[in-house]
Amino acid sequence: MNAATYNFAYLDEQTKRMIRRAILKALAIPGYQVPFAAREMPMPYGWGTGGVQVTAAVIGPGDVLKVIDQGADDTTNAVSIRAFFRKVAGVATTTHTAEATVIQTRHRIPEYPLKEGQILVYQVPIPEPLRFLEPRETETRVMHGLEDYGLMHVKLYEDIAHHGRIATAYAYPVKVAGRYVMDPSPIPKFDNPKMTMSPALQLFGAGREKRIYAVPPYTEVKSLDFEDHPFEVQTFNEPCALCGARNVYLDEVVLDDRGGRMFVCSDTDNCESRRTGTGAQS
Amino acid sequence: MTDAPILEVRDLAKTYGARLGCADISFDLWPGEVLAVVGESGSGKTTLLNCLSTRLAADGGSIVYAMRDGSRRDLATMPEAERRFLMRTDWGFVHQNPADGLRMGVSAGANVGERLMAIGDRHYGRIRGTALDWLSRVEIAADRIDDGPRAFSGGMRQRLQIARNLVTAPRLVFMDEPTGGLDVSVQARLLDLMRGLVRDLGLSVIIVTHDLAVARLLSHRIMVMKDGRVIEEGLTDRVLDDPRQPYTQLLVSSIPQA
Ligand SMILES: Nc1ncnc2c1ncn2[C@@H]1O[C@H](COP(=O)(O)OP(=O)(O)OP(=O)(O)O)[C@@H](O)[C@H]1O
Ligand SMILES: [Mg+2]
Ligand SMILES: [Zn+2]
Repeated sequence: MNAATYNFAYLDEQTKRMIRRAILKALAIPGYQVPFAAREMPMPYGWGTGGVQVTAAVIGPGDVLKVIDQGADDTTNAVSIRAFFRKVAGVATTTHTAEATVIQTRHRIPEYPLKEGQILVYQVPIPEPLRFLEPRETETRVMHGLEDYGLMHVKLYEDIAHHGRIATAYAYPVKVAGRYVMDPSPIPKFDNPKMTMSPALQLFGAGREKRIYAVPPYTEVKSLDFEDHPFEVQTFNEPCALCGARNVYLDEVVLDDRGGRMFVCSDTDNCESRRTGTGAQS
Repeated sequence: MTDAPILEVRDLAKTYGARLGCADISFDLWPGEVLAVVGESGSGKTTLLNCLSTRLAADGGSIVYAMRDGSRRDLATMPEAERRFLMRTDWGFVHQNPADGLRMGVSAGANVGERLMAIGDRHYGRIRGTALDWLSRVEIAADRIDDGPRAFSGGMRQRLQIARNLVTAPRLVFMDEPTGGLDVSVQARLLDLMRGLVRDLGLSVIIVTHDLAVARLLSHRIMVMKDGRVIEEGLTDRVLDDPRQPYTQLLVSSIPQA
């Protein structure tokens, strides 16, 4: 691929304007899924083409881009998306959350608190939170329109009835600004509290399903629950085996085939910064 | 029965292209009254019921509904949000095929609790308690609450559908052949149950059936339909014991008398 034959950030200006209009509409109606004419990107759908298009539409030459996949900066997916934007937009990239102006993410929110001026771009596989119980899109549209959300609680009811508690651990549904129910993408529910009143701008792009939605800075994002089964995040009994961090999201790592395992930070940059004393860390 | 009808229907009509669904339908339904709509297959019963319950848009005529606060509202001009709210609080709709009226993928408890959650109940324990209460009222054992309707017999599914509809204490219930497709003995038990509930709750009911025995057992009044129109109407005993129209006489004579 020859970068010179592409427009800045790969997409042509017309397409970027179209995506920006969708983003503006999404910002005006927080949590509402705005359809957009998603383009084919030079990567398969599972690789976050929705997120890539949103990033392409909002990134400028002065931006610093961070890309994470399940919290890690060094997976194939994250590395190639970073390389893609270095090539087609010539932007600087980083692994440090505090240094980034745009962060594209698959399935995590960084541990280090986001600040004003930062944009978090989520890659979304399935944008419709109601689909689990209502496959008809004509019907889910009406349900959103009329704020007819009883079904979301039916799903949580089923969780409690069958597991004794709300077992949903990822893509845990939220209500945005007291109005639209939204799928926060498959982040662990551990990250849900980071979404509410965040100083950063949160944008969500679903490429295959051609939807964009958004949470503007300082917007209330509430995880759905019952009065007698309140929302709670995952807790871990032990700290990170590498950096000793508590109150962060940990991944279980299998060490050998004799059942040896340990729990380590999912946010690899935060973990490394804590161990080396470099960068900003939580 | 109070002094104002709960439903006033005037000149209701519905066509499917060139085909007549129903036409010239006018009647009042009174609080606590059970009205049976009978007639042969294709006579327009389901069409009428769907128009009345606003599941289908009529082509002409009016339906005025008396709200809980006593105000009278034309259903054709009611905003959709309000109409939906009415449909899941003040009304019930029992389908002939339980799969059309149940959420087959979730438990019996969730099926009964859904309406409560839809109107804002956010207390799991209370929702479950209410669901248990309703399951027992429709004679479904408490230990089946977490089973899905797929694990239920036809009669149980129909009773679950009824519980799911009645949990918000509706005032008006539409039923389309609720006992159709069930064994005779299962039918009899369901009819007894329905009769008890209708009486205890003071429900207004419009029930579509082609089974005159069902109409006799449940209804106060009967409307006989033929080719989309009402050809005879009156108190149930009068219509069944002394039918005036030759068509009704034929219908009545074709069933064994109770
Ligand atoms: N969706 C439709 N499109 C076209 N015609 C229809 C449609 N639904 C019903 N009809 C026609 O309208 C007429 C009335 O049908 P309807 O289903 O209301 O009868 P019914 O009395 O409920 O019959 P059944 O006892 O068989 O359920 C019939 O001639 C039928 O063929
Ligand atoms: Mg019918
Ligand atoms: Zn760590």
